[in-house]
Amino acid sequence: MIAFILRRLAQAVLVMLTVAFIAFAMFNFVGDPINNMVGQDTSLQDREALRQSLGLNDPLVLRFGRFVANAAQGEFGVSFRLAEPVSRLILNALPATMELAIVAALLAVIFGVMLGVYTGLYPNRWLSRFFLTISLIGVSLPTFLIGILLILVFAVLLGLLPSFGRGEVVRIGWWSTGFLTWSGIKALILPSITLGLFQMTLIMRLVRSEMLEVMRTDYIKFARARGLTNRAINFGHALKNTLVPVITITGLQLGAIIAFAIITETVFQWPGMGLLFIQSVQFADIPVMAAYLILVAVIFVVINLIVDLLYFAVDPRLRIDGGRSGH
Amino acid sequence: MSSPSRQPLLEVRNLRVEFFGRRGRLLALDDVSFHIDPGEVLGVVGESGAGKSLTGASIIGLLEPPGRISGGEILLEGKRIDNLPYEELRRIRGRQIGAIFQDPLTSLNPLYRVGEQIVETIRTHLPMSEQQARKRGIELLQEVGIPSAAERFDHYPHQFSGGMRQRVVIALALCAEPKLIIADEPTTALDVSIQAQIITLLKRLCRDHGTAVMLVTHDMGVIAETADRVAVMYAGRIAEIGPVQDVVKRARHPYTHGLMGAIPEMGADIDKLTQIEGAMPRLNSIPPGCAFNPRCPSAFDRCREEKPYLLPVERSQVACWLYDETGARREAAHG
Ligand SMILES: Nc1ncnc2c1ncn2[C@@H]1O[C@H](COP(=O)(O)OP(=O)(O)OP(=O)(O)O)[C@@H](O)[C@H]1O
Ligand code: SF4
Ligand SMILES: [Mg+2]
Repeated sequence: MIAFILRRLAQAVLVMLTVAFIAFAMFNFVGDPINNMVGQDTSLQDREALRQSLGLNDPLVLRFGRFVANAAQGEFGVSFRLAEPVSRLILNALPATMELAIVAALLAVIFGVMLGVYTGLYPNRWLSRFFLTISLIGVSLPTFLIGILLILVFAVLLGLLPSFGRGEVVRIGWWSTGFLTWSGIKALILPSITLGLFQMTLIMRLVRSEMLEVMRTDYIKFARARGLTNRAINFGHALKNTLVPVITITGLQLGAIIAFAIITETVFQWPGMGLLFIQSVQFADIPVMAAYLILVAVIFVVINLIVDLLYFAVDPRLRIDGGRSGH
Repeated sequence: MSSPSRQPLLEVRNLRVEFFGRRGRLLALDDVSFHIDPGEVLGVVGESGAGKSLTGASIIGLLEPPGRISGGEILLEGKRIDNLPYEELRRIRGRQIGAIFQDPLTSLNPLYRVGEQIVETIRTHLPMSEQQARKRGIELLQEVGIPSAAERFDHYPHQFSGGMRQRVVIALALCAEPKLIIADEPTTALDVSIQAQIITLLKRLCRDHGTAVMLVTHDMGVIAETADRVAVMYAGRIAEIGPVQDVVKRARHPYTHGLMGAIPEMGADIDKLTQIEGAMPRLNSIPPGCAFNPRCPSAFDRCREEKPYLLPVERSQVACWLYDETGARREAAHG
């Protein structure tokens, strides 16, 4: 198991270096960084001096090494657009995105698993068919359309919920949270539903098909023959066996939620990293884009590592295979 | 033919099971009647698809839809259990009637320790604390012959071999001391070298605990050694049922003859009988009259028109027109 973790860590480092290289390449090969920093009237000599002083004439490997070292310390330079340190911009936007993503993921997992279990256990009930039909709509409608529809109904027509922004936030250290104010919570509802809906239907369909499969297995039949209660069978034996694929998909989806947040944040003008990224793209604000890219990659890699470790927690067959005896 | 002196443990009367599908109904069990006395081993044999497993599933109330009991009754110690609500029947499963299935590799939940599954079963049925159940579970594992049981108790199923897993399954079936165990081909999936061990173990345990067994198997050797009585099934009906010596050595029904590969006592069709030709009909093409008639070397007109029903022949019961109400074999059968 230790070997497995080490192997996974090595892979993670490799992935991160690749992503870092892409980000680094953006810096160096998309446009001229000097052009972005100086005015029109700067002389060629001044430009060259600046180039030299910034180390832009150093060998590629050295520059890449420096880039990685800086990135590892959260140092991505200064935003071209806002002339502020990228790290500060990202830190300001991070809480908004994380809170949105966490609420969306919780919604997706809780309702996805519950509906999946229900529709898997009672595939023939009217309500199950209803949920399945609804989920089809959830899968096929694009996120932005769902967001706009929700805004139309709940913000414009009913006037119940805000259509943009985070509402009032409370600062705790550098973290700004919307969980502590009523308007913050209200502002979270529509975006998190928009963001989580697709993943919820995905998880629901996955849990359902796994559940249907597991209910047909011999060990479930044998559990019934032993007279175990339905509760023990459905939620102990069956649900636990559906968990491995559910954990995988959910883990991957969590990464996807953060990535998809770009669309939702744009629709709801949610001041998170996704919105920051979109605005940066419009201005070719390379440092911010590079930082965003790396941060998202880190999140993906960390989630994958956690998913791998959860496998071991859930499935004993993956743990050290000791004590297998002969006849 | 239960003796009037004592009540049979299990009684199945005229059981009918049907599948209700899109293409209409299929009669899978037709008028199945038999009983099992306390502590008795009833062997059940018959070709694949004869309805052996369905009979077992009906008794423990685990028929899977679209299968349904559509007639007859099942009595446990004189009380009907076929029409009980799900929850009451659940309490009988495992507690009064245990079950063992064919494949020990897949009967245990791979994600739970063997001990957890035992403790869970014990505590579902008996008022015991975690510790008491654990103690009893370890004793059970010892009893089914698992070495260093206390240590193995906390292992996962994949850490056991097939034979050891089937021992665990037997322990699970026995752990609430049921009065009857339905063992559906308990050794078919196992290595030939361990089949005998498992059967011997099952037989010993059930004798020690006074547990009756309905033993479904294809192995006539096992039947001859283990069973007290034997039921022979064909196309959803019982063809013959009786004491093991009679059924194995002096089979009355032509189908039983064929199954046992036995030499018939009389008649000219010796060669045809040693091996049954053809295949058992599918449920949707069961011929009228005796279901066996297309394959039966002794078939005559009546066999193609009327369904034979079980009639006593000495200590057995046989469903075949070769025997009349008095149990005598008709001599003028070949009409
Ligand atoms: N879901 C179902 N729908 C229709 N027919 C079914 C269904 N399940 C079982 N049957 C039929 O019921 C009959 C009896 O099946 P059963 O499993 O009891 O046979 P068996 O005697 O146990 O055979 P085997 O020795 O192969 O285990 C078979 O003909 C089978 O095709
Ligand atoms: S009833 Fe007729 S066809 Fe059926 S087994 Fe007896 S002799 Fe053969
Ligand atoms: Mg069977």
